Amino acid sequence: MEVNQDTIQHLAKLSNFALADSEVARLVTDIKEIVNYISQLDELKTEGIEPTYQVFEMENVWRPDEIKAQEADRDALLTLTKEVENYQIKVPKVL
Amino acid sequence: MKTASKEISAVSLVQEALDKAHQYQDEYFVFDWIDDAAIEKARLIDEKIARGEQVGRLAGVPYALKDNFLSKDGESRASALILEGLKSPVTATAVKKLEAEGAIMIGRTNMDAFAHGSSTENSYYGPTKNSKDLQRVAGGSSGGSAVAVALGIVPFATGTDTGGSIRQPASFNGVYGIKPTYGAISRYGVVAMASSTDCVGFFAGESEDLDLLMDICAGQDVNDLTTLPDFYSASKVKEGKKRIGIIKDFDSDVVDAEIRATLRTKIELLQSKGHEIVELEMPALKYALAVYYIIVPAEITSNLSRHDGIRYGYRSDKSRNLNDLYEHTRDEGFMPENKRRIMIGNFVLSSGFYDAYYLKAAKARTLIIQEYEQAFSKCDYILTPVSPNPAFKIGEKVNDPIAMYLEDVMSVPLNLAGLPGLTVPAGKTKTGIDLGLQLVGPRRSDKSLINFAKELKEVA
Repeated sequence: MEVNQDTIQHLAKLSNFALADSEVARLVTDIKEIVNYISQLDELKTEGIEPTYQVFEMENVWRPDEIKAQEADRDALLTLTKEVENYQIKVPKVL
Repeated sequence: MKTASKEISAVSLVQEALDKAHQYQDEYFVFDWIDDAAIEKARLIDEKIARGEQVGRLAGVPYALKDNFLSKDGESRASALILEGLKSPVTATAVKKLEAEGAIMIGRTNMDAFAHGSSTENSYYGPTKNSKDLQRVAGGSSGGSAVAVALGIVPFATGTDTGGSIRQPASFNGVYGIKPTYGAISRYGVVAMASSTDCVGFFAGESEDLDLLMDICAGQDVNDLTTLPDFYSASKVKEGKKRIGIIKDFDSDVVDAEIRATLRTKIELLQSKGHEIVELEMPALKYALAVYYIIVPAEITSNLSRHDGIRYGYRSDKSRNLNDLYEHTRDEGFMPENKRRIMIGNFVLSSGFYDAYYLKAAKARTLIIQEYEQAFSKCDYILTPVSPNPAFKIGEKVNDPIAMYLEDVMSVPLNLAGLPGLTVPAGKTKTGIDLGLQLVGPRRSDKSLINFAKELKEVA
Protein backbone atom coordinates (compact mmCIF):
# COMPACT_ATOMS: atom_id res chain seq x y z
CA MET A 1 0.00 0.00 0.00
CA GLU A 2 1.47 3.33 -1.13
CA VAL A 3 0.99 6.15 1.39
CA ASN A 4 1.57 9.50 -0.28
CA GLN A 5 0.37 13.11 -0.01
CA ASP A 6 -2.94 12.23 -1.67
CA THR A 7 -3.59 9.50 0.90
CA ILE A 8 -2.92 11.94 3.73
CA GLN A 9 -5.15 14.62 2.19
CA HIS A 10 -7.91 12.03 1.79
CA LEU A 11 -7.55 10.84 5.40
CA ALA A 12 -7.45 14.46 6.59
CA LYS A 13 -10.76 15.05 4.82
CA LEU A 14 -12.30 11.95 6.44
CA SER A 15 -10.91 13.09 9.80
CA ASN A 16 -12.01 16.73 9.46
CA PHE A 17 -8.54 18.24 9.81
CA ALA A 18 -7.38 21.43 8.07
CA LEU A 19 -3.76 20.29 7.83
CA ALA A 20 -0.92 22.72 7.16
CA ASP A 21 1.41 21.72 4.31
CA SER A 22 4.26 21.16 6.75
CA GLU A 23 2.08 18.69 8.66
CA VAL A 24 1.23 16.74 5.51
CA ALA A 25 4.87 15.91 4.76
CA ARG A 26 5.44 14.74 8.32
CA LEU A 27 2.30 12.64 8.31
CA VAL A 28 3.26 10.90 5.06
CA THR A 29 6.38 9.59 6.84
CA ASP A 30 4.58 8.70 10.10
CA ILE A 31 1.51 7.06 8.59
CA LYS A 32 3.65 5.13 6.10
CA GLU A 33 5.71 3.71 8.97
CA ILE A 34 2.64 2.79 11.00
CA VAL A 35 0.88 1.16 8.03
CA ASN A 36 4.06 -0.73 7.31
CA TYR A 37 4.16 -1.98 10.90
CA ILE A 38 0.52 -3.08 11.10
CA SER A 39 0.82 -4.80 7.71
CA GLN A 40 2.87 -7.56 9.37
CA LEU A 41 -0.52 -9.10 10.23
CA ASP A 42 -0.51 -10.42 6.65
CA GLU A 43 1.74 -13.25 7.87
CA LEU A 44 -0.81 -14.53 10.37
CA LYS A 45 -3.17 -17.25 9.16
CA THR A 46 -6.75 -16.37 10.09
CA GLU A 47 -8.82 -18.53 7.71
CA GLY A 48 -11.92 -19.85 9.40
CA ILE A 49 -11.41 -17.71 12.53
CA GLU A 50 -14.39 -15.71 13.76
CA PRO A 51 -13.65 -12.02 14.43
CA THR A 52 -13.93 -10.57 17.94
CA TYR A 53 -15.33 -7.06 18.21
CA GLN A 54 -15.85 -6.85 21.95
CA VAL A 55 -14.84 -8.78 25.05
CA PHE A 56 -17.87 -8.06 27.19
CA GLU A 57 -19.28 -11.46 27.99
CA MET A 58 -22.89 -10.41 28.48
CA GLU A 59 -25.38 -9.65 25.76
CA ASN A 60 -28.62 -7.77 25.40
CA VAL A 61 -28.49 -5.58 28.45
CA TRP A 62 -31.89 -3.96 28.48
CA ARG A 63 -33.37 -1.22 30.57
CA PRO A 64 -36.94 0.05 30.61
CA ASP A 65 -37.57 2.77 28.02
CA GLU A 66 -38.43 5.49 30.50
CA ILE A 67 -37.74 9.20 30.40
CA LYS A 68 -35.68 10.04 33.46
CA ALA A 69 -34.26 13.29 34.74
CA GLN A 70 -30.61 13.45 33.66
CA GLU A 71 -27.70 14.70 35.70
CA ALA A 72 -27.26 17.64 33.34
CA ASP A 73 -30.31 19.44 32.03
CA ARG A 74 -30.61 21.57 28.92
CA ASP A 75 -29.69 24.79 30.72
CA ALA A 76 -26.53 23.26 32.17
CA LEU A 77 -25.49 21.86 28.78
CA LEU A 78 -26.07 25.16 27.00
CA THR A 79 -23.63 26.94 29.32
CA LEU A 80 -20.83 24.80 27.80
CA THR A 81 -21.07 26.19 24.28
CA LYS A 82 -19.74 29.47 22.87
CA GLU A 83 -22.86 31.11 21.51
CA VAL A 84 -26.52 30.54 22.33
CA GLU A 85 -29.51 32.19 20.69
CA ASN A 86 -33.15 31.42 21.43
CA TYR A 87 -32.13 28.49 23.59
CA GLN A 88 -30.17 26.95 20.71
CA ILE A 89 -26.48 26.56 19.95
CA LYS A 90 -25.34 29.06 17.32
CA VAL A 91 -22.77 28.06 14.69
CA PRO A 92 -21.38 29.82 11.57
CA LYS A 93 -23.31 29.58 8.32
CA VAL A 94 -23.08 26.27 6.48
CA LEU A 95 -21.99 27.75 3.13
CA MET B 1 -3.78 4.55 53.95
CA LYS B 2 -4.52 7.06 56.66
CA THR B 3 -8.16 8.07 57.01
CA ALA B 4 -9.53 10.97 59.03
CA SER B 5 -10.60 10.28 62.61
CA LYS B 6 -10.86 12.10 65.93
CA GLU B 7 -7.06 11.84 66.15
CA ILE B 8 -6.12 12.81 62.57
CA SER B 9 -8.17 15.55 60.93
CA ALA B 10 -9.19 15.47 57.28
CA VAL B 11 -7.97 19.07 57.05
CA SER B 12 -4.45 18.03 58.07
CA LEU B 13 -4.42 15.12 55.57
CA VAL B 14 -5.63 17.30 52.71
CA GLN B 15 -3.43 20.27 53.64
CA GLU B 16 -0.36 18.04 53.67
CA ALA B 17 -1.24 16.69 50.22
CA LEU B 18 -1.86 20.18 48.82
CA ASP B 19 1.43 21.45 50.25
CA LYS B 20 3.33 18.60 48.61
CA ALA B 21 1.44 19.05 45.35
CA HIS B 22 2.51 22.70 45.18
CA GLN B 23 6.04 21.90 46.34
CA TYR B 24 6.65 19.41 43.49
CA GLN B 25 4.59 21.05 40.77
CA ASP B 26 7.23 23.27 39.14
CA GLU B 27 9.81 20.52 38.89
CA TYR B 28 7.67 17.49 38.01
CA PHE B 29 4.50 18.98 36.49
CA VAL B 30 2.24 16.36 38.03
CA PHE B 31 -1.05 18.28 37.85
CA ASP B 32 -2.96 20.16 35.18
CA TRP B 33 -4.87 21.80 38.01
CA ILE B 34 -4.57 21.80 41.81
CA ASP B 35 -7.76 22.35 43.78
CA ASP B 36 -6.97 24.44 46.86
CA ALA B 37 -10.69 24.50 47.67
CA ALA B 38 -10.38 20.80 48.55
CA ILE B 39 -9.68 21.95 52.09
CA GLU B 40 -13.32 23.04 52.41
CA LYS B 41 -14.45 19.48 51.69
CA ALA B 42 -12.05 18.25 54.37
CA ARG B 43 -13.62 20.62 56.86
CA LEU B 44 -17.05 19.09 56.22
CA ILE B 45 -15.64 15.61 56.95
CA ASP B 46 -14.10 16.85 60.20
CA GLU B 47 -17.43 18.39 61.23
CA LYS B 48 -19.15 15.05 60.61
CA ILE B 49 -16.56 13.27 62.74
CA ALA B 50 -16.94 15.87 65.51
CA ARG B 51 -20.72 15.31 65.49
CA GLY B 52 -20.12 11.57 65.79
CA GLU B 53 -21.66 10.85 62.38
CA GLN B 54 -20.75 7.90 60.23
CA VAL B 55 -17.99 8.63 57.71
CA GLY B 56 -16.92 6.50 54.74
CA ARG B 57 -14.04 4.11 54.25
CA LEU B 58 -11.99 6.84 52.54
CA ALA B 59 -12.89 9.65 54.95
CA GLY B 60 -10.64 12.63 54.35
CA VAL B 61 -8.24 10.68 52.12
CA PRO B 62 -6.75 13.03 49.49
CA TYR B 63 -6.51 11.59 45.99
CA ALA B 64 -5.46 12.66 42.50
CA LEU B 65 -7.82 12.36 39.54
CA LYS B 66 -6.63 11.68 36.01
CA ASP B 67 -7.76 14.59 33.84
CA ASN B 68 -9.99 12.41 31.63
CA PHE B 69 -12.53 11.81 34.43
CA LEU B 70 -15.43 14.25 34.30
CA SER B 71 -16.36 15.97 37.53
CA LYS B 72 -17.76 19.28 38.65
CA ASP B 73 -14.38 20.28 40.09
CA GLY B 74 -12.22 22.21 37.65
CA GLU B 75 -12.15 21.72 33.90
CA SER B 76 -12.20 18.13 32.58
CA ARG B 77 -9.78 18.46 29.68
CA ALA B 78 -8.04 15.09 29.24
CA SER B 79 -4.90 17.29 28.87
CA ALA B 80 -6.13 18.34 25.43
CA LEU B 81 -6.68 21.85 24.08
CA ILE B 82 -9.92 20.81 22.38
CA LEU B 83 -11.58 20.24 25.77
CA GLU B 84 -10.31 23.50 27.26
CA GLY B 85 -12.99 25.33 29.22
CA LEU B 86 -15.10 22.20 29.76
CA LYS B 87 -16.66 22.57 33.18
CA SER B 88 -18.50 19.29 33.25
CA PRO B 89 -22.07 19.28 34.54
CA VAL B 90 -21.80 15.50 35.12
CA THR B 91 -19.56 13.47 37.38
CA ALA B 92 -18.04 10.09 36.57
CA THR B 93 -19.54 7.16 38.48
CA ALA B 94 -16.11 6.14 39.82
CA VAL B 95 -15.59 9.65 41.20
CA LYS B 96 -19.03 9.58 42.83
CA LYS B 97 -18.29 6.25 44.48
CA LEU B 98 -14.91 7.39 45.81
CA GLU B 99 -16.30 10.66 47.10
CA ALA B 100 -19.34 8.97 48.67
CA GLU B 101 -16.77 7.16 50.84
CA GLY B 102 -15.20 10.49 51.81
CA ALA B 103 -12.22 10.68 49.42
CA ILE B 104 -11.19 14.25 48.52
CA MET B 105 -9.77 15.12 45.10
CA ILE B 106 -6.87 17.57 45.39
CA GLY B 107 -6.01 17.90 41.72
CA ARG B 108 -6.34 16.72 38.15
CA THR B 109 -3.29 14.86 36.90
CA ASN B 110 -1.46 15.41 33.66
CA MET B 111 -1.73 12.75 30.91
CA ASP B 112 -1.12 12.20 27.22
CA ALA B 113 -3.95 14.10 25.53
CA PHE B 114 -6.96 11.75 25.26
CA ALA B 115 -4.70 9.05 26.79
CA HIS B 116 -2.88 8.60 23.46
CA GLY B 117 0.70 7.89 24.41
CA SER B 118 3.14 6.03 26.63
CA SER B 119 5.12 8.90 28.16
CA THR B 120 2.78 11.83 29.06
CA GLU B 121 4.77 13.90 26.54
CA ASN B 122 1.65 14.19 24.36
CA SER B 123 -0.07 16.43 26.90
CA TYR B 124 -1.02 19.85 25.54
CA TYR B 125 0.33 21.29 28.80
CA GLY B 126 3.78 19.66 28.69
CA PRO B 127 5.39 16.47 30.00
CA THR B 128 5.32 15.13 33.56
CA LYS B 129 8.78 14.11 34.84
CA ASN B 130 9.72 10.72 36.22
CA SER B 131 9.63 10.56 40.02
CA LYS B 132 13.25 9.31 40.23
CA ASP B 133 14.90 11.20 37.35
CA LEU B 134 13.79 14.57 36.01
CA GLN B 135 15.40 13.83 32.63
CA ARG B 136 13.16 10.80 32.11
CA VAL B 137 9.51 10.30 31.22
CA ALA B 138 6.81 9.52 33.75
CA GLY B 139 5.38 6.85 31.47
CA GLY B 140 1.87 7.15 30.21
CA SER B 141 -0.71 7.87 29.52
CA SER B 142 -1.54 8.21 33.26
CA GLY B 143 1.90 9.68 34.05
CA GLY B 144 0.72 12.41 36.41
CA SER B 145 -1.29 9.96 38.53
CA ALA B 146 1.66 7.55 38.87
CA VAL B 147 4.06 10.33 39.87
CA ALA B 148 1.53 11.83 42.33
CA VAL B 149 1.54 8.50 44.22
CA ALA B 150 5.28 7.86 43.80
CA LEU B 151 6.20 11.27 45.26
CA GLY B 152 3.91 10.60 48.22
CA ILE B 153 1.60 13.52 47.41
CA VAL B 154 -1.47 11.26 47.68
CA PRO B 155 -1.94 7.63 48.77
CA PHE B 156 -3.90 6.79 45.63
CA ALA B 157 -4.83 8.15 42.21
CA THR B 158 -7.21 7.15 39.45
CA GLY B 159 -6.10 6.08 36.00
CA THR B 160 -7.42 4.62 32.78
CA ASP B 161 -5.79 1.76 30.88
CA THR B 162 -6.53 1.09 27.21
CA GLY B 163 -3.21 -0.59 26.37
CA GLY B 164 -0.99 -0.14 29.42
CA SER B 165 -1.70 3.42 30.57
CA ILE B 166 -1.86 2.41 34.23
CA ARG B 167 0.58 -0.51 34.36
CA GLN B 168 3.47 1.13 32.47
CA PRO B 169 3.64 4.43 34.42
CA ALA B 170 3.20 2.43 37.65
CA SER B 171 6.23 0.37 36.63
CA PHE B 172 8.24 3.47 35.65
CA ASN B 173 7.62 5.03 39.08
CA GLY B 174 7.71 2.10 41.51
CA VAL B 175 4.05 1.98 42.54
CA TYR B 176 1.23 -0.55 42.25
CA GLY B 177 -1.23 -0.14 39.39
CA ILE B 178 -4.31 -2.24 38.61
CA LYS B 179 -6.00 -2.56 35.24
CA PRO B 180 -9.13 -4.51 36.19
CA THR B 181 -11.10 -7.07 34.20
CA TYR B 182 -12.88 -5.33 31.31
CA GLY B 183 -16.23 -4.10 32.61
CA ALA B 184 -15.35 -4.23 36.33
CA ILE B 185 -15.67 -0.47 36.92
CA SER B 186 -18.09 1.94 35.27
CA ARG B 187 -16.69 4.20 32.56
CA TYR B 188 -19.61 6.60 32.75
CA GLY B 189 -18.16 10.10 32.76
CA VAL B 190 -14.73 9.07 31.50
CA VAL B 191 -13.53 10.53 28.20
CA ALA B 192 -13.79 7.63 25.75
CA MET B 193 -10.77 6.40 23.82
CA ALA B 194 -11.29 2.82 22.63
CA SER B 195 -14.55 1.37 23.88
CA SER B 196 -13.64 -2.31 23.58
CA THR B 197 -10.48 -1.98 25.72
CA ASP B 198 -10.81 1.14 27.96
CA CYS B 199 -10.74 0.36 31.69
CA VAL B 200 -10.82 2.48 34.84
CA GLY B 201 -8.26 1.53 37.49
CA PHE B 202 -5.97 2.81 40.23
CA PHE B 203 -2.46 3.56 41.43
CA ALA B 204 -1.48 3.06 45.06
CA GLY B 205 1.62 2.74 47.16
CA GLU B 206 0.26 -0.39 48.87
CA SER B 207 -1.50 -3.35 47.26
CA GLU B 208 -4.02 -3.51 50.15
CA ASP B 209 -5.25 -0.06 49.14
CA LEU B 210 -6.01 -1.32 45.63
CA ASP B 211 -8.18 -4.00 47.19
CA LEU B 212 -10.22 -1.38 49.05
CA LEU B 213 -10.56 0.84 45.95
CA MET B 214 -11.72 -2.09 43.82
CA ASP B 215 -14.19 -3.09 46.51
CA ILE B 216 -15.63 0.44 46.48
CA CYS B 217 -15.73 1.05 42.73
CA ALA B 218 -16.47 -2.29 41.04
CA GLY B 219 -20.03 -3.05 40.04
CA GLN B 220 -22.83 -2.54 37.59
CA ASP B 221 -23.91 0.96 36.58
CA VAL B 222 -27.12 1.76 34.72
CA ASN B 223 -25.22 4.51 32.94
CA ASP B 224 -22.63 2.09 31.52
CA LEU B 225 -24.18 -1.02 30.03
CA THR B 226 -20.75 -2.65 29.65
CA THR B 227 -20.34 -3.01 33.43
CA LEU B 228 -20.34 -6.48 34.96
CA PRO B 229 -22.40 -7.26 38.05
CA ASP B 230 -20.08 -6.83 41.03
CA PHE B 231 -17.90 -9.93 41.18
CA TYR B 232 -15.05 -8.33 43.06
CA SER B 233 -16.30 -8.04 46.60
CA ALA B 234 -17.61 -11.61 46.74
CA SER B 235 -14.72 -13.25 44.89
CA LYS B 236 -12.70 -15.78 46.86
CA VAL B 237 -8.96 -15.40 46.94
CA LYS B 238 -7.15 -18.48 45.71
CA GLU B 239 -4.69 -19.46 48.43
CA GLY B 240 -1.83 -21.92 48.30
CA LYS B 241 0.91 -22.71 45.82
CA LYS B 242 0.46 -21.32 42.35
CA ARG B 243 1.46 -22.22 38.84
CA ILE B 244 3.12 -19.13 37.36
CA GLY B 245 3.32 -18.89 33.58
CA ILE B 246 6.20 -17.15 31.89
CA ILE B 247 6.12 -16.27 28.20
CA LYS B 248 9.22 -17.45 26.33
CA ASP B 249 9.03 -14.75 23.66
CA PHE B 250 9.07 -12.00 26.29
CA ASP B 251 12.46 -13.20 27.55
CA SER B 252 14.51 -12.14 24.53
CA ASP B 253 17.08 -9.60 23.38
CA VAL B 254 14.45 -6.96 22.74
CA VAL B 255 13.97 -6.73 26.50
CA ASP B 256 16.36 -4.66 28.61
CA ALA B 257 18.94 -6.83 30.42
CA GLU B 258 18.14 -5.45 33.87
CA ILE B 259 14.43 -6.13 33.40
CA ARG B 260 15.19 -9.72 32.33
CA ALA B 261 17.43 -10.18 35.35
CA THR B 262 14.74 -8.80 37.67
CA LEU B 263 12.18 -11.21 36.22
CA ARG B 264 14.59 -14.15 36.54
CA THR B 265 15.39 -13.34 40.16
CA LYS B 266 11.70 -13.13 40.96
CA ILE B 267 11.00 -16.45 39.25
CA GLU B 268 13.77 -18.18 41.22
CA LEU B 269 12.44 -16.76 44.46
CA LEU B 270 8.91 -17.92 43.64
CA GLN B 271 10.24 -21.40 42.85
CA SER B 272 12.12 -21.50 46.15
CA LYS B 273 8.80 -20.80 47.89
CA GLY B 274 7.25 -23.82 46.23
CA HIS B 275 5.40 -22.16 43.38
CA GLU B 276 5.58 -23.94 40.04
CA ILE B 277 6.91 -22.19 36.93
CA VAL B 278 5.27 -23.05 33.62
CA GLU B 279 6.82 -22.00 30.31
CA LEU B 280 4.23 -20.79 27.82
CA GLU B 281 4.38 -20.62 24.05
CA MET B 282 2.02 -17.91 22.82
CA PRO B 283 2.98 -17.33 19.17
CA ALA B 284 0.04 -15.02 18.33
CA LEU B 285 1.09 -12.52 21.00
CA LYS B 286 3.81 -11.07 18.82
CA TYR B 287 1.02 -9.78 16.57
CA ALA B 288 -0.87 -8.19 19.47
CA LEU B 289 0.72 -4.78 19.02
CA ALA B 290 -0.23 -4.66 15.32
CA VAL B 291 -3.75 -5.80 16.21
CA TYR B 292 -3.94 -3.15 18.90
CA TYR B 293 -2.78 -0.35 16.59
CA ILE B 294 -5.53 -1.27 14.13
CA ILE B 295 -8.48 -1.87 16.46
CA VAL B 296 -7.77 0.95 18.90
CA PRO B 297 -7.32 3.70 16.28
CA ALA B 298 -10.51 2.48 14.58
CA GLU B 299 -12.40 2.97 17.84
CA ILE B 300 -10.60 6.27 18.53
CA THR B 301 -11.70 7.62 15.15
CA SER B 302 -15.28 6.91 16.07
CA ASN B 303 -15.12 8.16 19.68
CA LEU B 304 -13.22 11.34 18.88
CA SER B 305 -15.48 12.37 16.02
CA ARG B 306 -17.78 13.96 18.62
CA HIS B 307 -15.19 16.62 19.48
CA ASP B 308 -16.07 19.27 16.94
CA GLY B 309 -16.05 22.61 18.77
CA ILE B 310 -19.82 22.99 18.71
CA ARG B 311 -21.24 21.88 22.04
CA TYR B 312 -18.32 22.29 24.46
CA GLY B 313 -14.61 22.98 24.73
CA TYR B 314 -12.31 24.86 22.40
CA ARG B 315 -13.56 26.48 19.17
CA SER B 316 -11.22 27.87 16.52
CA ASP B 317 -11.87 31.47 15.52
CA LYS B 318 -10.41 30.95 12.03
CA SER B 319 -13.60 29.61 10.52
CA ARG B 320 -15.71 31.24 7.84
CA ASN B 321 -18.31 28.49 7.68
CA LEU B 322 -19.40 25.41 9.58
CA ASN B 323 -17.11 22.93 7.86
CA ASP B 324 -14.16 25.25 8.40
CA LEU B 325 -15.04 25.39 12.05
CA TYR B 326 -14.88 21.60 12.39
CA GLU B 327 -11.63 21.34 10.48
CA HIS B 328 -9.78 24.19 12.19
CA THR B 329 -11.03 23.33 15.66
CA ARG B 330 -9.94 19.71 15.28
CA ASP B 331 -6.65 20.61 13.61
CA GLU B 332 -5.72 23.09 16.34
CA GLY B 333 -7.32 21.24 19.25
CA PHE B 334 -5.78 17.79 18.83
CA MET B 335 -2.15 16.87 19.46
CA PRO B 336 -0.08 15.31 16.62
CA GLU B 337 -0.49 11.82 18.14
CA ASN B 338 -4.28 12.28 18.33
CA LYS B 339 -4.25 13.13 14.64
CA ARG B 340 -2.10 10.17 13.71
CA ARG B 341 -4.41 7.77 15.50
CA ILE B 342 -7.58 9.28 14.06
CA MET B 343 -6.12 9.10 10.56
CA ILE B 344 -4.91 5.51 11.01
CA GLY B 345 -8.40 4.64 12.24
CA ASN B 346 -9.93 6.14 9.13
CA PHE B 347 -7.37 4.31 7.03
CA VAL B 348 -8.07 0.82 8.45
CA LEU B 349 -11.83 1.37 8.24
CA SER B 350 -11.77 2.70 4.64
CA SER B 351 -13.47 0.70 1.97
CA GLY B 352 -10.81 -1.36 0.24
CA PHE B 353 -8.70 -1.68 3.40
CA TYR B 354 -11.32 -2.80 5.92
CA ASP B 355 -10.93 -6.53 5.24
CA ALA B 356 -7.14 -6.43 5.07
CA TYR B 357 -6.73 -4.47 8.30
CA TYR B 358 -9.74 -4.13 10.58
CA LEU B 359 -11.37 -7.50 9.90
CA LYS B 360 -8.01 -9.26 9.89
CA ALA B 361 -7.17 -7.68 13.26
CA ALA B 362 -10.53 -8.68 14.71
CA LYS B 363 -9.80 -12.30 13.72
CA ALA B 364 -6.28 -12.12 15.13
CA ARG B 365 -7.83 -10.82 18.35
CA THR B 366 -9.76 -14.09 18.59
CA LEU B 367 -6.48 -16.04 18.29
CA ILE B 368 -4.92 -13.97 21.06
CA ILE B 369 -7.91 -14.60 23.33
CA GLN B 370 -7.68 -18.32 22.60
CA GLU B 371 -3.99 -18.36 23.48
CA TYR B 372 -4.74 -16.81 26.84
CA GLU B 373 -7.51 -19.36 27.45
CA GLN B 374 -5.07 -22.18 26.73
CA ALA B 375 -2.42 -20.55 28.90
CA PHE B 376 -4.77 -20.30 31.87
CA SER B 377 -5.57 -24.00 31.59
CA LYS B 378 -1.88 -24.59 32.40
CA CYS B 379 -1.20 -21.83 34.95
CA ASP B 380 -2.92 -19.57 37.48
CA TYR B 381 -1.16 -16.32 36.58
CA ILE B 382 1.28 -15.08 34.00
CA LEU B 383 4.28 -13.00 35.10
CA THR B 384 5.94 -10.77 32.49
CA PRO B 385 7.79 -7.48 32.24
CA VAL B 386 5.47 -4.47 31.90
CA SER B 387 7.47 -2.94 29.07
CA PRO B 388 10.68 -3.85 27.24
CA ASN B 389 12.59 -0.86 28.67
CA PRO B 390 12.72 1.16 31.88
CA ALA B 391 11.70 4.84 31.80
CA PHE B 392 13.38 6.44 28.78
CA LYS B 393 14.67 9.99 28.30
CA ILE B 394 12.24 12.81 27.61
CA GLY B 395 12.29 13.52 23.87
CA GLU B 396 13.91 10.18 23.00
CA LYS B 397 10.88 8.58 21.33
CA VAL B 398 8.27 11.31 21.04
CA ASN B 399 8.95 11.95 17.35
CA ASP B 400 9.11 8.27 16.43
CA PRO B 401 5.61 6.79 16.72
CA ILE B 402 6.70 3.17 16.14
CA ALA B 403 9.47 3.34 18.78
CA MET B 404 6.88 4.70 21.21
CA TYR B 405 4.27 2.06 20.28
CA LEU B 406 6.83 -0.74 20.80
CA GLU B 407 6.95 0.24 24.48
CA ASP B 408 3.39 -1.14 24.73
CA VAL B 409 4.22 -4.57 23.28
CA MET B 410 3.80 -6.44 26.59
CA SER B 411 0.93 -4.45 28.02
CA VAL B 412 -1.57 -4.34 25.13
CA PRO B 413 -2.28 -8.08 24.67
CA LEU B 414 -4.36 -8.40 27.81
CA ASN B 415 -6.47 -5.35 26.96
CA LEU B 416 -7.44 -7.10 23.72
CA ALA B 417 -8.57 -10.09 25.80
CA GLY B 418 -10.24 -8.06 28.56
CA LEU B 419 -8.01 -9.58 31.26
CA PRO B 420 -6.91 -7.98 34.53
CA GLY B 421 -3.27 -6.97 34.96
CA LEU B 422 -1.35 -5.66 37.93
CA THR B 423 1.99 -3.88 38.11
CA VAL B 424 4.05 -4.87 41.13
CA PRO B 425 7.17 -2.85 41.96
CA ALA B 426 10.14 -5.23 41.61
CA GLY B 427 13.34 -3.25 42.02
CA LYS B 428 15.49 -0.58 40.47
CA THR B 429 18.05 -0.27 37.71
CA LYS B 430 21.68 0.42 38.63
CA THR B 431 20.96 4.09 37.99
CA GLY B 432 18.00 4.09 40.37
CA ILE B 433 15.08 3.91 37.92
CA ASP B 434 12.09 1.87 39.09
CA LEU B 435 11.26 -1.49 37.52
CA GLY B 436 7.94 -3.27 37.84
CA LEU B 437 6.63 -6.64 36.77
CA GLN B 438 3.21 -7.44 35.41
CA LEU B 439 0.97 -10.11 36.86
CA VAL B 440 -1.86 -11.21 34.56
CA GLY B 441 -4.80 -13.41 35.50
CA PRO B 442 -7.97 -14.82 33.96
CA ARG B 443 -11.10 -12.64 33.84
CA ARG B 444 -12.49 -11.86 37.30
CA SER B 445 -9.29 -12.91 39.08
CA ASP B 446 -8.62 -9.29 40.14
CA LYS B 447 -8.88 -9.95 43.87
CA SER B 448 -6.57 -12.97 43.73
CA LEU B 449 -4.07 -10.97 41.67
CA ILE B 450 -3.98 -8.16 44.22
CA ASN B 451 -3.64 -10.70 47.01
CA PHE B 452 -0.78 -12.48 45.24
CA ALA B 453 1.03 -9.13 44.90
CA LYS B 454 1.65 -9.32 48.64
CA GLU B 455 3.44 -12.65 48.19
CA LEU B 456 5.45 -11.30 45.28
CA LYS B 457 6.56 -8.38 47.42
CA GLU B 458 7.49 -10.70 50.29
CA VAL B 459 9.79 -12.76 48.11
CA ALA B 460 11.74 -9.62 47.19
